[in-house]
Amino acid sequence: MARMKFLCDAERCIECNACVTACKNENEVPWGINRRRVVTLNDGEMGKERSISMACMHCTDAPCAAVCPVDCFYTTADAVVLHSKELCIGCGYCFYACPFGAPQYPQLGNFGGRGKMDKCTFCAGGPEADNTPAEYARYGANRLAEGKLPLCAEMCSTKALLAGDGEIIAAIYKERVVTRGYGSGAWGWSTAYPDSQGV
Amino acid sequence: MTMLRRCLALGFLALLLALGQPALAQVQDQGRPSNEELQLMQQLQGQGPLTGRVSIPDQRAATLIQPAGKEWRDFWRGTSPWIGGIAIGGMLALLVLFFLIRGRVPMEGGRSGETITRFNGLDRFAHWLTAISFLVLAITGLNIAFGRDLLLPLIGPEAFSAFSDAGKVAHNFLSFPFTLGILLMLVLWVRDNIPSRLDLEWLAAGGGIIGHGHAHARRFNGGQKAIFWSVVLMGGAIAVTGYFLMFPFTVVADVGGMQTTQMVHSVLSMILVAIILAHIYIGTIGMEGAFHAMGSGEVDLNWAEAHHDLWAEEIRARERRETGTAPGAMPAE
Repeated sequence: MARMKFLCDAERCIECNACVTACKNENEVPWGINRRRVVTLNDGEMGKERSISMACMHCTDAPCAAVCPVDCFYTTADAVVLHSKELCIGCGYCFYACPFGAPQYPQLGNFGGRGKMDKCTFCAGGPEADNTPAEYARYGANRLAEGKLPLCAEMCSTKALLAGDGEIIAAIYKERVVTRGYGSGAWGWSTAYPDSQGV
Repeated sequence: MTMLRRCLALGFLALLLALGQPALAQVQDQGRPSNEELQLMQQLQGQGPLTGRVSIPDQRAATLIQPAGKEWRDFWRGTSPWIGGIAIGGMLALLVLFFLIRGRVPMEGGRSGETITRFNGLDRFAHWLTAISFLVLAITGLNIAFGRDLLLPLIGPEAFSAFSDAGKVAHNFLSFPFTLGILLMLVLWVRDNIPSRLDLEWLAAGGGIIGHGHAHARRFNGGQKAIFWSVVLMGGAIAVTGYFLMFPFTVVADVGGMQTTQMVHSVLSMILVAIILAHIYIGTIGMEGAFHAMGSGEVDLNWAEAHHDLWAEEIRARERRETGTAPGAMPAE
């Protein structure tokens, strides 16, 4: 089985936010929720500005799963970290633990308004049967079950955002770095995949 | 000839490799974060979050990576269960041991049959408002801390989630009566809970429960004052941090603050649960006659004179004055 990962090549990302829009559209993400976002570092500084598209990194030993009081997370055979909205109680602890700020909460609960947590599913749906209306309503598309990769990466115009088997996308990135002679590294990989080889 | 060409090609390649050293070093340093990522992390003093700019309205999304989440995770899954386990489990063990050794503290001189009012209706309302909400808050809170390891394997994920979800709602709503109860108790009892020299003497005499001699005490003895102040101060802090957590990112702006708030809330709560266990013990099975104070509000005169001699005297003196005065006259005090 593949070990699915995201990789954002900061040398290529042009902050067009198409990945964000594609994600919202493909998964019909609720209003106010961004499963993916583009963060610009050193904004406006000549030569230092870098944009990185970030979403759930589907960590090895995921912190969200570790801290969840109801243990609603699970990891698929493709190493995608998913959760059950059936079990989630919207406590918000995964947001405190997540290094990447991936968990989001639609304003549905009482007071501070945390509904069930929502996050990037690597376009792999949820625990419901693949590509059923029930799965789509809760988690959005299940492109993986259709043999497709996440739409954000698939439609990235500069191919900055890569999604797929970790070894393959790492090899693509390495080839780029060697050809270009520089690279700013695979953002978040050291945090998300401490056991895997660095890029 | 081909040999020479190959050597030249190799030499050229070596030169290229040397020039492309930084990039290749990154590629070859397997298992390590990239240099630039490390540099940026270090620039932000190692553990600070890495923040940029986002074009979406949610400015919290501008934080690219927050490494402190790891420490909070270690606390929540590592340190916190130990603190709670030692505080609560230790207290339970201590109480069981104490009960086995000391048994139920009997009322000295038996019941006199005569009672005096210790807590009026408002006093008892404040106490039970706080007590009942605290019990539910404690159970639902401990469920968040320990339920996954203790209860989930027993009842299964669906039932556990349903219970935890209802527990979360109850925890949120009951915080209001709990806070109200604390404020009410503070107003009602603070004047009788100012620490004094008598408390030290009370403590030196072993509080009347360890030794046999009773120290003098007014309405509240040293132990009760300790309970009062831990409930008011710790309970107050728990309520405040609880509201910060209930309305996330309103008062506390960033994720680091939310983590700290959660840590303070959980540690204080678990310690307060341990303290309250001792309070429940002494108020129920630990001491004969004690429960009536908060049950009916009336305590036996012998109990009052043994535990709160100065207060009992004061009450009886007031009663004598009140019965002695003519109707329509100004009441004493």
